[in-house]
Amino acid sequence: MAEVEAGTEAEATQATAAAGTGEAGTGGVGEKLGAVGQLRAGIRAYRMIAAMWIRSTMAYRASFAMAAFGNFAATGLDFVGILLMFSHVDALGGYTLPEVAFLYGTAGAAFGLADLVMGSMDRLGRRVRDGTLDTLLVRPVPVLAQIAADRFALRRLGRVTQGLLVLGYALVVLDIAWTPLKVLLVPVMILSGAVIFASVFVAGAAFQFWAQDASEVQNSFTYGGTTMLQYPPTVFAKDLVRGVTFVLPLAFVNWIPALYVLDLPYPLDLPSWFAFLPPVVAGVCCVPAGAAWRVGLRSYRSTGS
Amino acid sequence: MLWASGHGAGGGACLGLATRGFGLGARTSRKTGAVGVRVYAVVAAGGFRRYATYRVATAAGVFTNTVFGFIVAYTFTALWDERPQLGGYDLSQAVTYVWIGQALLMTTAMMGGGFENELMERIRTGDIAIDLYRPADLQLFWLASDLGRAAFHLLGRGVVPMALGALAFDLALPADPLVWVAFLCAVALGVVVSFAIRFLVALSAFWLLDGAGVAQITWLVGLFFSGMVLPLTLFPGGLGALAQVLPWSALLQIPADVLLGKHTGWGLVQAYGFQLGWAAVLLTAGRLLQSVATRRVVVQGG
Amino acid sequence: MESDFIALDGVEKVFDVRRRTGRLRREKTRVRAVDGISFTVPRGEMVGYIGPNGAGKSTTIKMLTGILTPSGGRVRVAGIDPARERTRLARHIGVVFGQRTTLWWDLPLRDSYRLMHRMYRIPDDRFKANMARCVEQLDLGELLDVPVRQLSLGQRMRGDIAAALLHDPEVLYLDEPTIGLDVISKAKVRDFLRDLNAERGTTVLLTTHDLTDIEQLCKRVMVIDHGRLVYDGALAGLHEVGESERTLVVDLERELPPVEVAGARVLKVEGPRQWLAFPASVSAAPLVAAVAQRYPLVDLSVREPDIEAVIAKMYADRSAL
Repeated sequence: MAEVEAGTEAEATQATAAAGTGEAGTGGVGEKLGAVGQLRAGIRAYRMIAAMWIRSTMAYRASFAMAAFGNFAATGLDFVGILLMFSHVDALGGYTLPEVAFLYGTAGAAFGLADLVMGSMDRLGRRVRDGTLDTLLVRPVPVLAQIAADRFALRRLGRVTQGLLVLGYALVVLDIAWTPLKVLLVPVMILSGAVIFASVFVAGAAFQFWAQDASEVQNSFTYGGTTMLQYPPTVFAKDLVRGVTFVLPLAFVNWIPALYVLDLPYPLDLPSWFAFLPPVVAGVCCVPAGAAWRVGLRSYRSTGS
Repeated sequence: MLWASGHGAGGGACLGLATRGFGLGARTSRKTGAVGVRVYAVVAAGGFRRYATYRVATAAGVFTNTVFGFIVAYTFTALWDERPQLGGYDLSQAVTYVWIGQALLMTTAMMGGGFENELMERIRTGDIAIDLYRPADLQLFWLASDLGRAAFHLLGRGVVPMALGALAFDLALPADPLVWVAFLCAVALGVVVSFAIRFLVALSAFWLLDGAGVAQITWLVGLFFSGMVLPLTLFPGGLGALAQVLPWSALLQIPADVLLGKHTGWGLVQAYGFQLGWAAVLLTAGRLLQSVATRRVVVQGG
Repeated sequence: MESDFIALDGVEKVFDVRRRTGRLRREKTRVRAVDGISFTVPRGEMVGYIGPNGAGKSTTIKMLTGILTPSGGRVRVAGIDPARERTRLARHIGVVFGQRTTLWWDLPLRDSYRLMHRMYRIPDDRFKANMARCVEQLDLGELLDVPVRQLSLGQRMRGDIAAALLHDPEVLYLDEPTIGLDVISKAKVRDFLRDLNAERGTTVLLTTHDLTDIEQLCKRVMVIDHGRLVYDGALAGLHEVGESERTLVVDLERELPPVEVAGARVLKVEGPRQWLAFPASVSAAPLVAAVAQRYPLVDLSVREPDIEAVIAKMYADRSAL
């Protein structure tokens, strides 16, 4: 973290100097942050808070190991369900077990990453209700970063690990005609997918500014979304597939790019370059999510509840 | 990941009723000398009302149950398209099973999240010592409260997803009201079995510093063996045989089979007998554990 | 600049409150939580901000810290508009919410401070010095490795005050800082705040229910009710406004009929002890002299008026209008 601080040291000294000598009104111009500055400040704060939580959980290593394993096993359960299904059939919606495992692994890893980084966002409603959000608002770092990093839990790596293991199994068993583009597309889709899910987490949290008890709604899109993406798109009704392609673009997390890698047809007639859109879609998703967050926070600050 | 649909509301519901309820029990007993049935009825009503106050959470939960119902129903449809009559169900029965699962997920607390977190917290903080000296019986008190909660979850979280499922899919729901009555009885027994399991889990907090690990493993096992992930009839060989006799099958598999008309006549009696048997065994075990724990608390002087 | 270090000019905060009036019907009512408040606080002053529950105290504090955006009027703290530049202001202010801790609930106290250190970018030497001072004066030494959730209310409050001061804020807002504290902790907190104000010139704005806090710490007090400022001035003046009375307790040599002196009336007689009420605005000295001259006096004491009662009286007078 030291390297991040080095660049902003001057600003820090300026702020405290101003505080010490009473020139607050004129000092601290350097603190006015643009969007990029805000992002940097947010990431810095996030890393600080997350590091603190890691340190404190590591004080109880045995308990951490159990929790991480529990998380791993818990998320493994639905893959066991899929295995049980395939003990009765050879193909589901025209997909073999390794192909479904590929979908499962990519969706699980992407969601797992988003859950690791943003999983605490669903506590926002509770914070609004009990008033502890106010304590975050008087600190000199972005609120979003503080909420996202709150109770940062490395045990959530269990889900990522489990997803990656299933993905590894799929990659070993599947006979894919690899091209450099396809190789590149696998990590890109996981990372982009994580950003798409993270946007859903943020938008869901923003919704809780108005409906404090509605954290479950975001579960529908996050947990529900991953569950859906673990199965082949051919299984679902066309309208549902259209919905997650054009309205809430979860299909870009894995379905569309994964089917390109697997050389399988997508139920909707899309040009093949759509497979390379995930990073763009992820970037676009951040815009409405960020806007929803800002509107939510503004509304909170004008109503106080 | 079929269980994510119960995430927030259940566990998040705030504490507080317990103490009020106990206060009530104590007050009544001073007059009558023993805690009457009426007190437990009041406690149950309190359990119902307490969850009923969270309207937005309930609406959000219904939404989530519905979304998951749709997703799982489609995957089951794909599975049964491939293998009609799998596990003894036809397609429409299989899809009905999915929606019964969503309707009962919270009711029989397959993933926990009822009273047990609160009870564990009281044990951890030592407040339990106060409860043990009160005239209301610890186990009966929490059972009454949990039955009230379950009644609310059946109405608030069960009916609407089931109705929406029936609109979107061709469900094999019985026309005979007697089957529905039989189903409700099976659900009630399922709630009692579920309660008995969670009561044991909660009491483990007397011996373990942190009951969270046990709770997590219990809901994990519970989800799997209740038939929420897949009907137990689809489990292969020995695993399937084991799953059928474990108490968790009383939570979803048996009520679902009752509604789907799999248990009738003598078979229905046997199914009830299975649920009652587990309820009796587990409640007795809970009672024994409770008395051991009480002695422990008394010895420690609270 | 220095005299209007904190400046509020016609500040308003209006809430729309939805109330369930029937099974489905809802009624929307407009609540003016803060209804046109203006005041200034010069740098280095220590001000008490009091009023009954729901009067608009914490809404004002929330606007001063940038948590809430005012519906109207102008707010400046250290020349900064709190609502517009909340994070910039955060470095200049310290906030202690009486009921809600700003510390990390599950982490040891020390970890919370370490986070503050980095979050506020406090230079190492300043941080060390401030920590040492707070740990010593607030008696935190043995608490540093205890998770916050295990601290008692008083310990947590002391921990919270320290956390609010590590970055050398120019203003400190305290919301009920002595609530639930035992007598010794209260004294400790008050001493600490007095020193802080005297030595470092920190401006302090304090809301409290415990009027001893105000008597011991603040020369100036502001009273808010129904969103309006109903009094702003010296604590002594508040007594006059409320037309309150002080009590002279006299112990005589023996049981005597009620004392008769000008400017005072007897409230109670209990054996040789008598309670005499006299206007709070008048000096006690002439009265004491008069009593001593005419009666066999053994001992005496003067009791300050119960300010809470004074304020209650003020409200009663106001609503009677």
